[in-house]
Amino acid sequence: MAKPVEVTEQSFDQAVLKSLEPVLVDFWAPWCAPCRHLAPIVEELSGEYDGKVTFTKLNVDEAPSIAARYGIMSIPTVMLFKGGQAVKQIVGLRPKKDFKGSLDEVLAK
Amino acid sequence: MDSEYDVIVVGAGPTGMTSAMFTGRSRLKTLLIERMIPGGQIATTSTVENFPGFPNGIEGPDLSEAMLEHAKKWGATTTFTEVTGVRVEGDYRVVETSDGELRARAVIITSGADHVRLGVPGEMEYMGKGVSNCAVCDGAFFADSPVAVIGGGDGAIDEGLYLTRYASKVTVVHRRDSLRASKILAERALANPVMDFRWNSVVDAINGDGVVNSMTLRDLNTGEVSNLDVEGVFIYIGLAPNTDYLTGLINLDPGGHILVTPRMETNVTGIFAAGDIRQKAARQLVSAAGDGAAAALAVRDYLKQMAG
Repeated sequence: MAKPVEVTEQSFDQAVLKSLEPVLVDFWAPWCAPCRHLAPIVEELSGEYDGKVTFTKLNVDEAPSIAARYGIMSIPTVMLFKGGQAVKQIVGLRPKKDFKGSLDEVLAK
Repeated sequence: MDSEYDVIVVGAGPTGMTSAMFTGRSRLKTLLIERMIPGGQIATTSTVENFPGFPNGIEGPDLSEAMLEHAKKWGATTTFTEVTGVRVEGDYRVVETSDGELRARAVIITSGADHVRLGVPGEMEYMGKGVSNCAVCDGAFFADSPVAVIGGGDGAIDEGLYLTRYASKVTVVHRRDSLRASKILAERALANPVMDFRWNSVVDAINGDGVVNSMTLRDLNTGEVSNLDVEGVFIYIGLAPNTDYLTGLINLDPGGHILVTPRMETNVTGIFAAGDIRQKAARQLVSAAGDGAAAALAVRDYLKQMAG
C-alpha cells in the first residue's frame, strides 16, 4: 500500500499545488496523539484511491507558514487540493466515509 | 475482509477493545468495527490518572494503542466503517454498515457516547477555527492566548488543566456554583493561577471574525450578559449515547441508554451491550473495560449454548 508522502515547506508548492492529480494533505503534529490514530485510516484510503489521488502529510510544527496560510487551528485537518486550489477541508476526527465522500466529490468534478 | 464472524463488536473504545480481546482469547472469530479512531474517549484524553496499575498516570492515546494491540494479539481484526443498523436474520445478527453488510452469530454494542454540543450561535461556524472538543489535538495552537472551557465535570477540568500548559488564561464557564469533577481535579484547578472561573454562567454565543475572538456569557442568577475575550473554546458539557442506529430494535431508557441484564444481554437474543452506552451508574474507564469483559464472557457462554 502506498504510504502518504511527507511534504515540507520547501516541497509543498511542487508536490501539492503543482500536482496534476488531486492531492490530499493530512495536517498533523507529533504531539497530537489522535492524529497518529488517524494515520491508519488515511493509509487505507491511500490504497483505495491509489492512482487517482496523491496522499501527503504535513507536520504543522515543521511547516508553520503553510499551516498559517490555510488557517489551520485544529488538527487533524485534512485538505484536498485540485489544480493548486484548496477545494475541501475536513476538520477533526471524522468517519472514514466522510473522507471518501469528499474524495469522490473532488474526483467527480 | 470476510463478511461472517462469530462476534462483531461495534465500537473500538476501551469497552469494545476489551470485549474483542476476551472473545479473541476464547478463539471466537472477532471483528471490531470503529467509526472514527480507536480509543473512544481516552483517544483524546491527555492523562488517565485513575486506571489501576498506573500510579503515575498514562497518556490516554498510549493506553488505547496498547488496548488495541492487545485485542489484535489474540486474533481480533479491525475495520473502519460506520454501522448504520443491526437486524436479526434467523441465527444471524446482521450488522449494516456504510460499506455493506456483515454477519455474526453474536453482536456486542459498545459504541459509547459522544460530546454534546452547546447549540449556540457560532459553535458550528467556528468549529476548527477556535472551537474544539479536543484539547490534546488543539491546545498547542493557543500558546499564550486566553481560552475557555465549558463544563464543570471531570472532562472539562482535566482538559482545562491540560490547556494551562499552553494558554495564558483558562476560564472555566460552569452553569453551577461548584465543580462536579472529582475532588482531586477540582482542588488542582481551583489552586491553579492560570485558571479562572465564571460560576452560574452559560454561553449564549461564540463570536468571531473568521476565527473566534470572544464569547457572550450570561449569569444565571442576575441575568447579566457579558463578553469574555477568548481565542479558543473547548466544550465538555457532557456525553450522549450513540444509539440512534438502534432505535426500534433495542430497548433504550428515556436518556437513550441501552437497558441490559447483569450479563449484558439486551432485549434481543444474541445482541449484547456494554460500556458507556448502557444504563449504569459508574462511567469510568475501569468499569468500561470490566463491562467489556463481562459481555465477552456472556457471548462465549451464549455461543457454546447455541452450538449445543
